[in-house]
Amino acid sequence: MDFFALALIIALPFVAGLAAALLPSDSRTPVTWLAGLTAATCLALTFSFYPAVSSGHVVRYQIDWIPQLGLGFTLRMDGFAWVFASLVSAMALLVVIYTRYYISREDPVRRFYLLFLGFMGSMLGIVLSGNLILLVVFWELTSLFSFLLIGYWHHKQAARDGARMALTITSVGGLSLLAGILVIGHIVGSYDLDAVLASGNAIREHHLYVPALLLFLLGVLTKSAQFPFHFWLPNAMAAPTPVSAFLHSATLVKGGVFLMARLWPVLAGTPEWFTILGLAGMASFVLGAYLAMFQQDLKGLLAYSTISHLGLITLLLSLGSPLAAVAAIFHMLNHATFKASLFMAAGIIDHEAGTRDLRQLSGLFRYMPITGTLATVASAAMAGVPLLNGFLSKEMFFAEAVETHANSWVDTIAPYAAVLGSTLAVTYSIRLIHSIFLGAPPPESFPREPHEPPFWMRFPVMCLVVTCLVVGIIPGLTIGPFLRIAVTSVLGEATPAYSLAIWHGFTIAFGMSVIALVCGTMLYLVAGNYLEHTDSPPVFGRIQGQRLFERTMVAISWRWARSIEEVLGTRRLQPQVRLLVAVAIAAGAIPILSAGLDFGPVGNGIDIAFTGLWCIGMVCAVAAAYLAKFHRLAALALLGGAGLVTCVTFVWLSAPDLAATQLAVEIVTTVLILLGLRWLPKRWRTAEEPIGVSDRLRRLRDLSLAVMAGSGMTVVSLAVLTRTSPDSIADFFIENAYTEGGGRNVVNVILVDFRGFDTLGEITVLGIVALTVFALLRRFRPAPDTIERPEQQRIQQSYDEAEPDRKAGATATEYLYVPSVIMQWMFPVVIVLAAYLFLRGHDAPGGGFVAGVALAAGFILQYMAAGTVWVEDRLRILPVVWMGVGLLLAALTGVASILLGDPFLTSYFQYADVPVLGKIPLASATVFDLGVFSLVVGATVLMLIAIAHQSIRRLRAARLEEARQLEEKQQWS
Amino acid sequence: MTAAILLWSVSIAQAMLVIAMGCNAYRLIRGPRAQDRVLCLDAMYVIAMLLILTMGIRTGSAIYFEAALIIAVLGFASSVALAKFLMRGEVIE
Repeated sequence: MDFFALALIIALPFVAGLAAALLPSDSRTPVTWLAGLTAATCLALTFSFYPAVSSGHVVRYQIDWIPQLGLGFTLRMDGFAWVFASLVSAMALLVVIYTRYYISREDPVRRFYLLFLGFMGSMLGIVLSGNLILLVVFWELTSLFSFLLIGYWHHKQAARDGARMALTITSVGGLSLLAGILVIGHIVGSYDLDAVLASGNAIREHHLYVPALLLFLLGVLTKSAQFPFHFWLPNAMAAPTPVSAFLHSATLVKGGVFLMARLWPVLAGTPEWFTILGLAGMASFVLGAYLAMFQQDLKGLLAYSTISHLGLITLLLSLGSPLAAVAAIFHMLNHATFKASLFMAAGIIDHEAGTRDLRQLSGLFRYMPITGTLATVASAAMAGVPLLNGFLSKEMFFAEAVETHANSWVDTIAPYAAVLGSTLAVTYSIRLIHSIFLGAPPPESFPREPHEPPFWMRFPVMCLVVTCLVVGIIPGLTIGPFLRIAVTSVLGEATPAYSLAIWHGFTIAFGMSVIALVCGTMLYLVAGNYLEHTDSPPVFGRIQGQRLFERTMVAISWRWARSIEEVLGTRRLQPQVRLLVAVAIAAGAIPILSAGLDFGPVGNGIDIAFTGLWCIGMVCAVAAAYLAKFHRLAALALLGGAGLVTCVTFVWLSAPDLAATQLAVEIVTTVLILLGLRWLPKRWRTAEEPIGVSDRLRRLRDLSLAVMAGSGMTVVSLAVLTRTSPDSIADFFIENAYTEGGGRNVVNVILVDFRGFDTLGEITVLGIVALTVFALLRRFRPAPDTIERPEQQRIQQSYDEAEPDRKAGATATEYLYVPSVIMQWMFPVVIVLAAYLFLRGHDAPGGGFVAGVALAAGFILQYMAAGTVWVEDRLRILPVVWMGVGLLLAALTGVASILLGDPFLTSYFQYADVPVLGKIPLASATVFDLGVFSLVVGATVLMLIAIAHQSIRRLRAARLEEARQLEEKQQWS
Repeated sequence: MTAAILLWSVSIAQAMLVIAMGCNAYRLIRGPRAQDRVLCLDAMYVIAMLLILTMGIRTGSAIYFEAALIIAVLGFASSVALAKFLMRGEVIE
């Protein structure tokens, strides 16, 4: 049961997200309840594990996924995972409550919750994964959901840009992380987290440690927005504020440091780890704080401050000492509480005052005293003021920074950097509060008259701020036990003794705190006015990762792409085909030239009729190719001739199934191409241009390429056909078709039974292709010279109009009178033919595919006979429904066998006595075949009718135009 | 004796059908008009159907019947489509 609950924690948000998407569009309150209850349930489920986890147990849940590759769907909850899962669920709950009041009625709230809950599930997935590959999968999912959430207001340019940048950076990191994990898995021999955690020494001493570490760090540093990849985070502030509060302070960006801490026991402690992480963390810590001071956007300030605090955590993790790891884990939790509350407060200010610009905001305290107080407390925690939680972890940080861990210059400057960064943090915290809440209200009023938000919008902020206070005042009683289980599960035996007391006496760390607080305040007093009026930070403002990123993107996706396109690409078909054929010839020729080609004995005895048939076919094919450029219709007729010869060949060589299918396809294809021909530009031949030498050379080259390809294929086919075939799988099919599949037609049994899974895939592809064709044709813009009615119709119409006793369109009706009657009468016959082909399919030539094409041909005949409008007034064909039903039938047949305890798509067969028809085979494969049939009908009709409807479009446009003119005339008179 | 007669007549029929197909192919290539080509293609469909039926007689098996049936029932569809394209400029109005 425990294991089930573990899987439920991850599955629930995804399911709830889907459910949220299915609610009616105006259901703001139900959807909030749904999301809130989901988060609360996840939280409760997580808490139900507390007894097990707190006693040091590791709860595991494992389902094999691809065991051959060492991939398992392994979930694993230890103390650290428990604390993080609680954090994620609790934050989600608070953010949901907040969002209810933040998101306006106009915003698509279902999409928000779909993405939000999806993100929550993925984040819980990261936290609870017990397999590193699974973890990477969830990791990528969080990047994806983050992208979608940042771009939630996708009508804004900034949101789109920020989302794209975040996705690019984090997915590059994700790929790199995957590579790093693969290397680690290679070293350990398993991707299981427990196995990896148990082999720390093996990993650190392996010669692949450095590449693995670099790849791993690239992944986690991008995710946690660490220098030099930090710039995506400020740009992600275009997201709605709840997203920033949840993703960009409490969870997503914590993913990186979470994973660093997770693998800290196996990767940390080496000089490489220390130097790279130490530098990255220190740079992020100081630079983030420095840049935060100069931000004029409230959320921008918070974003840079997040970078800075994450840098602090990274720096702590880099030190490699257990005590520092404790401080890091502690600060992760503290930062989540005060930063999320600040983000929410920022959202409230934005919401109520209408702006986030620090230069415009001022004196808000008199309008919203409660929010102001809450934000002040949270900022104080951020600055590290005593009696708040930020102070405790910062004290631990200072103490660790002073300690010597490695004999290098990074370690030497660490304490100075720590004090510098903290000083700057104090400055920007004061600036945040001072410029928003204190001072006089601005002379020109706010975009909106500011006032306190509803109580429930403030409630989450209140909860978090109270947490800050309580943890800051009585840490041992509140966070103590949770921190202990988290720390113990990460560090195990190496867990150091640490004290969560508020007062440690006058230590160096306390001195550093005091220095930071005093210097920070003084810095604000001195430079506060300057900070308020500057646009870009001096010195470091010029170092912009963002510019570098944009340049790189332009280079890769624009300049390089263009130059490669110029070298390799062409818009003309001939060079492309030439290149393709040339490469194909080379690919075929290399193995033949290197290994030789041996032929078997060629049989003697030539069937004259068959040879003659083939000569006709070849002549037709060559002539079709020759005429294709200027005589399209003739080429098409010749193509029909060649196709017909192919079909007869199939019959001649005893493949009646193939012949029947090919014939039906041949017929439908001819109609399809004719439908397309109507929209091709008029044939056009330039006046006799002189043919130069280069033209002749080009033609000669193309001809030789064609001859080479054709003769090459002939030789290869001959070699294959004359050799005795080895024992192939074919014998198995022939022997078992009847006993196992219950059908005498081996081809059909292979398609619907032995290889049913392949067929399922194929019909799915067919459905996708049909839908794509349909979608593309909806946007079809014909060439200008084909928009008008075809010439023939115009002539006939003008004749009809000129003769007084003729109605419009009479010529067409009269010409087609007899054929159209025949075609309409043939409709039932075609239906019977399709049914016949379908039912006989399992034992004799036929089957779902050919029956489907035949029925589609029947439908097309009706369209040809009477025109689209006439047919669609009388016969409603819903191709998409046919396709959907077909796919569902085929898939459900497969699922049915699972329900009966057999593998997917296992078939069952029996003969049934049906009156009149006699004894007919009833195999479950027949139902599958029915699915194939239905899909083929739908797909074929959808494509053909989509092209046919292009003519209707013009007709409709003309009718509308006529109606408009008529109306105008009436108005005139 | 009957078998030999049947075999011979079927072989001759096949040869003549192929010759007929060759004649049609000649018109198909030469034209001169598009209408000639469409007519030829239609005739070729009929000849192919007959060829398939003679194959069935030759091998004494009914499994080739479906292919012939499909030509018989649907073979005219492509001819109609081509004809309609010539007459009206588009296949489905």
